[in-house]
Formats: sequence, structure tokens, C-alpha cells
Amino acid sequence: MSAKRIKERMSGNEAVAYAIRQVEPDVMPAFPITPSTEIPQMVSTFIANGQMNTDFIPVESEHSAMSAAIGSEAAGARTMTATSSVGLALMWEELLLAASNRLPIVLTLVNRTLSGPININCDHTDGMGARDTGWIQIYSENNQEAYDNYIQAFPIAEDPEVHLPVMICQDGFITSHAVENIELLEDAPVREFVGTYEPEEFLLNPGNPVSVGPYSVSNYAMEARKAQEDAMVRSKDVILKIGEKFGTLSGRSYGLFEEYKTEDADYIMVIMGSAAGTAKEAVDELREEGVKAGVLKLRVFRPFPEDEIAKALSGCKAAAIMDRCESYNGHGGPLAQEIPAGLFRNHVNIETVSYVYGLAGRDFRVEDVRGIFRDLQDLTENGKTIEQFRYVGLRSKQE
Amino acid sequence: MSEHSLKNMMEKPERLTPGHRMCAGCGATVAVRAVLRALKEEDHAVIGNATGCLEVSSFMYPYSAWKDSYIHNTFENAGATLSGVETAYRVLKRKGRLGEKDSYKFITFGGDGGTYDIGFQSLSGAMERGHDMVYVCYDNGAYMNTGIQRSSATPMFADTTTTPVGKDSDGKVQCRKDLASILASHNIPYVAQTTFTQDFKDIHRKAERAIYTEGPAFLNIMAPCPRGWRYDMSDLMEICRLAVETCYWPLFEVRNGKWSLSYEPKKKLPIEDFLRPQGRFKHMFKPGNEYLIEQFQKVVDERWENLQFLCSKM
Repeated sequence: MSAKRIKERMSGNEAVAYAIRQVEPDVMPAFPITPSTEIPQMVSTFIANGQMNTDFIPVESEHSAMSAAIGSEAAGARTMTATSSVGLALMWEELLLAASNRLPIVLTLVNRTLSGPININCDHTDGMGARDTGWIQIYSENNQEAYDNYIQAFPIAEDPEVHLPVMICQDGFITSHAVENIELLEDAPVREFVGTYEPEEFLLNPGNPVSVGPYSVSNYAMEARKAQEDAMVRSKDVILKIGEKFGTLSGRSYGLFEEYKTEDADYIMVIMGSAAGTAKEAVDELREEGVKAGVLKLRVFRPFPEDEIAKALSGCKAAAIMDRCESYNGHGGPLAQEIPAGLFRNHVNIETVSYVYGLAGRDFRVEDVRGIFRDLQDLTENGKTIEQFRYVGLRSKQE
Repeated sequence: MSEHSLKNMMEKPERLTPGHRMCAGCGATVAVRAVLRALKEEDHAVIGNATGCLEVSSFMYPYSAWKDSYIHNTFENAGATLSGVETAYRVLKRKGRLGEKDSYKFITFGGDGGTYDIGFQSLSGAMERGHDMVYVCYDNGAYMNTGIQRSSATPMFADTTTTPVGKDSDGKVQCRKDLASILASHNIPYVAQTTFTQDFKDIHRKAERAIYTEGPAFLNIMAPCPRGWRYDMSDLMEICRLAVETCYWPLFEVRNGKWSLSYEPKKKLPIEDFLRPQGRFKHMFKPGNEYLIEQFQKVVDERWENLQFLCSKM
């Protein structure tokens, strides 16, 4: 059943704060950090004005934010937090604990680069740094997706087949601070969609005490890790099911990724986050000029939809793999490693070029996208040699 | 408060069960059991624990020695973790998801490594925010779980594996940090320092006050470690007695900012009496090293004097 929609104008941070008020988690420990600071500020204001029944814990660091979130969620309370950049890095140890204790905490990450040099602008270094911590990671293109993904996060995380924490990511400043049109849902259908939190085992369960966070010897620890991995694999179906259910509610369905004009595309750009909008704009221009270009916008990075991506790319001649993050391995960022591995395993033999773009807030423009598609054409049609790993938009030494 | 009797107290059901893997003669479990005995039987509790000997020995999957709900997170965040649990309790109560009669108390245990050092910020934050919880430090004066490395709670001149005594070293250079007074400066309702006395009255009374005073409370319990201190494990109680009688480990409490001594030795014993039975101070008794004992005594005297001053002001 489709719900009533409210037309508004909001920034990404406002949209997420609005969704938090609607979901009304029990507890939110958080520590401010640019560019996610507005989220705890707005939530604190909602609480101060009696607009939501949530306890905010003004912790003294992000490490304590995630530590308190673990305590609270283990106690049986629905818990969320927000952070960015080095805040997520400080939480890193605790991210592993949240996942291994199978606690369905939701974290809204406003992506910002890591230091150094210290810089407050967007790239995906923070989220990518946490890619092996056992969290589900969902990336948003704009404020609408940040809002929609946040609401879906709880039913995904708390599904008995999953029981894993979820990170909802949006691009710092580009999405978090830019005001755009948005379509919101009313409070009641959001609350109904999210449902109540009913954990099976929790600390504050009188008569049924439970111990959380054991020391585990080698006889057991490996099985625990495998159980986590199994849950991550199972989460894919749950993410799809919830994405579809959300579509029924809102008119906006979600999958593992979005394919934009890829059906007959010769050239596909694989990209995450706000830059997908820029890529789509360039593709529209190129299509008018007769170039068969398309965009695959990755939404779900963990679990990584390796086979689905390989299938989606199987019909094209060449793909540009876009990382807003370095790995310092000499060959590109995380996507540049994981996507070609999937292509190889699925026997999809297409050309790929890996790009690093937009680090620390460097602009990524329509012209940049056009240049990248030109690279792919040169490589496959014009017999030119193109380096397999390139930086986009670097200043020349003369500048 | 009920009339104290060790016999009555020992008849209460244990909330930390036997079968854990802590060493014989270890002070940590004695401290835990003494604190938990102060809980009313009808009260539930959630026990927190920083990583350390106590955690790895009492909750080794799939066995737990804890009768109450228990959470171990990591080394440096026992304060923050339990503050999350305590907040969840208040919210669930308010939202009617816990019954009126379901009363929970929140007690977390950490060694001096997890409390004085790596977990100091997390502890300070939790206390400053005013969570209704008790943080108990079982202070054995070094990182015992990793093999006796110095901490900021290690006394001066102690021989540890990172302050080894050698040709050019007399052991640890610095004095121990006075954590109880730092916690008192947080202006929380209750701070106390204690250890094991013959009748266990002091620790029981302080644990009871810490648990049943609303708001944050901190207990610093000297809990000797036979491996690190190198004493004969049957001497645990004697070591504690000497720590108190020499004023190395004075018993005091700070209630709503008011300092008071819980015990004043009739005749303060010389510090050698506390140092001599411990292998970690053996080098201090070599001929020519008398000045080390003198220096140690000087620090003990200064601190005792200062404490007496703080307590007399009230």
C-alpha cells in the first residue's frame, strides 16, 4: 500500500535527521565531527523540543560513541549513531565488535576523507577503510536516497537472518549540506515499516541473564567468523526484499545497484555516491551524440554483489571503475580490485580502466566523465594504449 | 544498612561462580565477590568488564562464571560500554518495556591498565555524564594479563617487565597516579578506596554505598597479584593488612565532596614492612639501596599527610 508523500526541500543531513526522528531509536550516542555534526545537533533539538522519545548520550569520543552503542544495543535498545572521517577511524576497533557481537546498530556515515593532510571534504576513504569490519554498507547518491536508505537500514539489520550492523553512507557536503527537493513519508507509515525492535537475547531481560563478548579460543573463534560471513551473504536477499517493500510504500524501489542506460551500452562507468549524478548527466549528453554510454551506480558495497556486477557488465566493451579512495597498492582503489576479480571469476573478458577521482573534495565534473568515456573509446576503437590506472583532475606541475 | 557480619555475608548466594580460571591467591576475584555481595538479592545487575585477567578467565566461550547479565567489550571502554547499558535501561523503563519491579544495578570491573591508563578517558566521560553506575578498579599495580608490565598505578621502584631492575635501573622511576583523587575531582557523589581487611567490613560498606548511591560511583580496590608482586599466595590478606597499616594504601571515602578516613592506624608501620615480602621490591633491600626505601617512605608520608589534611578539613 502506497503512503502519502510530503514534498520538501532539505539537505542530506536534514533528511537523515528527519528520518531519525521518524524511526525514533531508543538511544543515540554520538560525538560531533564535520560534516556529520548537524545530525546529532538536530536530533538533540528534536529531543529538547519533545518531538522524539530517544536518549542522546553526549559521549567524549567516537570510540566511546560506538562502545556505548554496543552496550545499549546489547542491552535490548534500538541504537544508532552518526559520524564521519577520522571519527569512523577512531571507532574502527569497535566496528568489529558491533559486527562480531551481531548487534544491529545503524550508523549514518557522512563520507569525508581521512587525515592527513587534514581536510574536511568528501571522499570515501573513511567508509572504505571500514570495508572489512563486517558491516553492511549502503551508499547514497543524494538526499532522497540517504533518507530512504536510512529507513530501510533497521529492518535489514534486525532481520533474524542478518543480525548485522548497517552503515548508511552519503557524501560529505555534496549531499549532506546541499539543499535539494525531497519526498518524505509521514511518521506513522515509517514507524510501521521499521516495526518494533524485538531482540532474542539481551542484557536487560529479567530472569534470562546473558553474557556478551566472550574470550574465544581457536576451537570456536573461526566458526563465529564464518557465521558472520554467512549472515553477510544472506543479507543480500534481505536487502533486496526490503528494497522492494520500500518501493511499495514510497514508489521508490531499491536493488543492489542502479543501472542507468546500460542495457545496450558499449561503455559503462561503475561509480558510487553523489558523483553518479554527474556521470548520468554526461551519459545523457553522450547518448545524444550517439555514444552508447551507461552508468552502474553501486548502492550496496557490503555484501559485495560481485556476480551481479559481472553480469551487468558482461555486454559492454569496456568499463571505467571509479574509486573515490586510494588503496596505495599501485593499481587503484577497492572497487578496482573487487570488480575485476568478479569479472575474472565470471569469465567476463572486457577491458577495464581504474580511476581515482574526487579525493579530499576535488571537483568531479561532466567534462571529466566525458574524458573517461573517451579513454574507453580510444582503448577499444582507436587502438590507443591507455594506462590501466589513472588519476582524474590532478593539477599539472605547472599549475 | 544491616549489621555487618562476615558469616551472614558469606551465606549469600555467590554471583560469581567457582570454576573460573583465575590464579590461586589473586585479589581480583576476592574484590569482585566482595562487591557483588553488597547487591540486594532481589536486584538484577549488569556487570561490565574491561579486557584483562578477570575477563579472559571468567568468560571463556562457551562458559561464563557470571550469574548476572555480563558484557565485555574491549580494553579501553568499560566506562562507555556500561554507560550505554545504563542509558538503555532508563529508556526501556520509561517506554514500559521493563516492569516496574525490574530493578537493575550497573557495576563494571577493570584492572588498573583498563582504568588508570587505556580506559581513563572512557571512565572520565562516563563519570562526568552522571550515569547511575559503579566503576570498580581492581588495582594490582601493573598490566598483569600481558605479563606484568608497568602501568601508571605501579608503585615507584617496582620491578616489572617494562621497568626491569638492572645495572642501570632501580625499577619504575615514577610514583603511582592517585586515581581516586582524580575521580573525586569529577565531583561525583561517591568515591572510595579500599582493600581486604580481616572482617571485609570496609569493602562491603563501601560497595553497598557505591551501588546504592544514585549517580556515578568509583571504587578503587587494591587487589594484589601473586605473580606480579611475587608474594606467597597464602599471604594475600597479610599483604593487604600491611598496605593499610603502613599507609601505602589508606582507606578513605569521598561522599558528595567530603573526604573522610575510614581507618587510621594506631601506629603507622614503616614502609619496609609492606615492601619486604614482595619479590618486586627485592632490589630495594640490597646493601647500599637504603635510599630507595627512604624515597619510597617520603612519598608515602607526603601522600598520607595530604590525605589527612583533606579529611580534616571537613
